Amino acid sequence: MDDGKLDALGQTIVSALPGAATGHSVAFNQLTVDVEASKIVEVVKYLRDDPSCRFVNFTDITAVDYPDREKRFDVIYHFLSPTLNTRIRLRAQADETTQVPSLIDVFPGADWFEREAYDLYGVFFVGHPDMRRILTDYGFEGHPLRKDFPTTGFVEVRYDDQEKRVVYEPVRLNQEFRKFDFLSPWEGADYPVLPGDEKAGPKV
Amino acid sequence: MNEQPEQLRNFTINFGPQHPAAHGVLRLVLELDGEVVARVDPHIGLLHRGTEKLIEQKTYLQAIPYFDRLDYVAPMNQEHAFCLAAEKLLGIEVPRRGQLIRVLYCEIGRILSHLLNVTTQAMDVGALTPPLWGFEEREKLMVFYERASGSRMHAAFFRVGGVHQDLPQKLVDDIEAWCDPFLKVVEDLDRLLTANRIFKQRNVDIGVVPLKEAWAWGFSGVMVRGSGAAWDLRKSQPYECYAEMDFDIPIGKNGDCYDRYLIRMEEMRQSVRIMKQCIQKLNAPEGRGPVVVEDNKVAPPRRGEMKRSMEALIHHFKLYTEGVHVPAGEVYAAVEAPKGEFGVYLVADGTNKPYKCKIRAPGFAHLQAMDHICRGHLLADVSAILGSLDIVFGEVDR
Repeated sequence: MDDGKLDALGQTIVSALPGAATGHSVAFNQLTVDVEASKIVEVVKYLRDDPSCRFVNFTDITAVDYPDREKRFDVIYHFLSPTLNTRIRLRAQADETTQVPSLIDVFPGADWFEREAYDLYGVFFVGHPDMRRILTDYGFEGHPLRKDFPTTGFVEVRYDDQEKRVVYEPVRLNQEFRKFDFLSPWEGADYPVLPGDEKAGPKV
Repeated sequence: MNEQPEQLRNFTINFGPQHPAAHGVLRLVLELDGEVVARVDPHIGLLHRGTEKLIEQKTYLQAIPYFDRLDYVAPMNQEHAFCLAAEKLLGIEVPRRGQLIRVLYCEIGRILSHLLNVTTQAMDVGALTPPLWGFEEREKLMVFYERASGSRMHAAFFRVGGVHQDLPQKLVDDIEAWCDPFLKVVEDLDRLLTANRIFKQRNVDIGVVPLKEAWAWGFSGVMVRGSGAAWDLRKSQPYECYAEMDFDIPIGKNGDCYDRYLIRMEEMRQSVRIMKQCIQKLNAPEGRGPVVVEDNKVAPPRRGEMKRSMEALIHHFKLYTEGVHVPAGEVYAAVEAPKGEFGVYLVADGTNKPYKCKIRAPGFAHLQAMDHICRGHLLADVSAILGSLDIVFGEVDR
């Protein structure tokens, strides 16, 4: 599908779902529709059942974390329409407490993807029958893909020979976790002050 | 004496995480009513390495090796999806020879994966010879991987903008020489399994998935083709130079394990067909040329140039420290990996590191349907179904 057709499809969807779909955009030959998180089920049902859409293949659910925003998560849904041979991306905004309705009644395949988004980001899906963690360890705390979660994590495990079991301990690094900042100061990077310049403050 | 009605209780067993038919580190909690499966609860995540988190910390170049470690039986197909996503954002076109090499190696990856799957599925249902025969061919293919990239499995051969190095002519010739004898091996496997009574008893009408359910559960690849959908991303949304390749898409009728096995067998033959065309095009005059884009802001300069040109040296240094700056935007790129649709949802913020990289693994969607497919089957069918779903834990757990 070319961009013009995608744009038209986006317009049809937005006008068919007033209040639920709030806007659309086409970039890189891909259609994105912004939706209200609370109305997601309605939108997805329309996309699946409407004869001009037929987005019957569930592809993906994930989230993106923007910690500076008021509603920090973008919940991203991907669907595929084999009839139109095109994909669609839905974007809903949510925060830690937003209760996003679960898609499990519309697409049973949403099950693990919602559990994963909950596990890794802490987006809460309401109406999901089994909101357990999925990828992380039994008894894990925190949501590791949030931007404020450290890459090293908080606990490490080892087998304790005395106690004859696996023990959890606070993470201890023999070497500081190294994160190199290679961004050139003169292109791309957005520093408030150039690195090193903070030393050259006004003399007191 | 009044007899108490006997209390019947379902029997719960742990299948895995160290069961040979669990294909890695899957823990299935099975609830059995006699020998009939009443409920399956797969526990995954035992191989979770936080790939997506790590990729957020790495430059685009450093992210590529993580993709080898997802579906580690067909490494380059995964790299392909990531490179396609980054290339879409950068708006670059891979040179023709680079495209042909990519397609050639993706088809090798498909055969690697299908060989492993078909033969180990046979092993799960009781045949020992197929894996021995199949692994011999896999070994040869891994040597081709090694001769191109220096590594048998974790190739890290694809680059944003092409592939790392050109193939030596001898390697292209050797791959060509491998093609026809391999078709003979497929035929031998075919004779071992396709009409085999035990194999059919274990697979025909087992794990039937109707097409409508297959779409709704998020299936892709062989899992929807087995149920009768003529859907293959290489045909329907052609990427790279698949549009000019001549090949057929086998589809099934019944959506059972046996149909999926037959499709995989046929896909191996079709892959060989594509490989032969790739080699022919690589040897043609139009197939000569660069394997990676010539833009030194994206791909490093050649070694020889670096000895002479200061500019080349600076580019090399900047590329291997700072890396490529990918313009801000979000994109979803998918490839037809051997196991289904492998997608990468990439959000770039204009710096040298991805802001977010979601890996959409086909095995994850397939495995979650275990409970749905297995209910009402016998315990012994669980391993047949698991085999035919084609699960590799590297990509399920990420």
